[in-house]
Amino acid sequence: MSELSQRTIDAIRRNEAPLLASWSANLEHSGASRDMRISHAEFDAQTREFLRLVVVGSSTGDAASLASNEWSETRAFLEKLSRSRAQLGFDSQHTASFIFSLKRPLFELLQKEYADNAEALAAQLWAVSELLDALGMHTIRTFQKSREEVIARQQEELLELSTPVVKLWDGVLALPMIGTLDSQRTQVVMESLLQRIVETGSEIAIIDITGVPTVDTLVAQHLLKTVTAIRLMGADAIISGVRPQIAQTIVHLGLDLQGIVTKANLADALALALKRSGYAVGKAG
Amino acid sequence: MDRIPILRMGEFLLVTIQVDMHDQLALALQDDLSERISRTSARGVLLDISALDIVDSFIGRMISTISGLSKIMDAETVVVGMQPAVAITLVELGLTMPGVLTALDVERGMNLLRERVQTQ
Repeated sequence: MSELSQRTIDAIRRNEAPLLASWSANLEHSGASRDMRISHAEFDAQTREFLRLVVVGSSTGDAASLASNEWSETRAFLEKLSRSRAQLGFDSQHTASFIFSLKRPLFELLQKEYADNAEALAAQLWAVSELLDALGMHTIRTFQKSREEVIARQQEELLELSTPVVKLWDGVLALPMIGTLDSQRTQVVMESLLQRIVETGSEIAIIDITGVPTVDTLVAQHLLKTVTAIRLMGADAIISGVRPQIAQTIVHLGLDLQGIVTKANLADALALALKRSGYAVGKAG
Repeated sequence: MDRIPILRMGEFLLVTIQVDMHDQLALALQDDLSERISRTSARGVLLDISALDIVDSFIGRMISTISGLSKIMDAETVVVGMQPAVAITLVELGLTMPGVLTALDVERGMNLLRERVQTQ
């Protein structure tokens, strides 16, 4: 692995202003800065800070190993940068080009600096190129990681949002299910419903599947599991909201839903639940 | 060796599992219970498992077996107070216990037992 020589670092230090100007021009050219989401002042501050960190990092540490301690400040800066880019909605190419567009100004600078020594020029070019590549890769990696964090958080929120257990009547719980039923969601749904049954001592639980887009064999199996668990606890389950298409699919697939009480809509299910609990509903007067 | 107590309440037997079940204890309970049913000619068994929070397939099968053997000896069995985690575990183990009566708590279980015995 080649390292940046002291001469190169000095050259960068001496030519900081023209480097920054040329880098900004390059960024502008590539379209990386031509955006309303980041102000010019902010952009200038970021480029200046990055260049400073690179000089500090390469003069104290090993240019080849970004993971070392000397580069921790640079890494932190890049992580902050790509995280803010991810939150502002930029794509990964945009974030990476922030770093890669520094290559050209640096190469030009090196060419001028080492005009007399071709061998040293090649070595330093290689070193700079490697350093910037590593920094760019780090940026992309962080960018992706922060994007994945956003996705994971949203998934989690969705999971919790979509499983509310509501009390319809004394002793009657309802669970309106929205969205596709997979194993993980069934587990969460089952747990929260069973827990509520214990807490409230409800004897009847209505599972409303109006918001479930499709019912296939797997979904039916999950429903069966939930109903069986409810029965084992000593409560009864009613499945409501079976839409005509879903009823057709269930019959066509030959699914066995025997032993499960199904109703077309939530109102019918509630009526049945009230009747079973001994309530009579009628108009007053 | 410790045993699970079996209490007599009129024509019913009350079994409350308050300790962690292990296989030997489960087998002893089966023996004791069938013995007691035949001796007292009980009409119903109430099995309270509300304090049981860990089950395996063996204990799951024990519950089924108790229900089955008491039915043969003309006593209805109601399992009450199953914890959510236990219910989920049994379902995942494939032990759906088709013939077993269940209730949420002891009071409801008693009512169910009386109903079943009266209609017979």
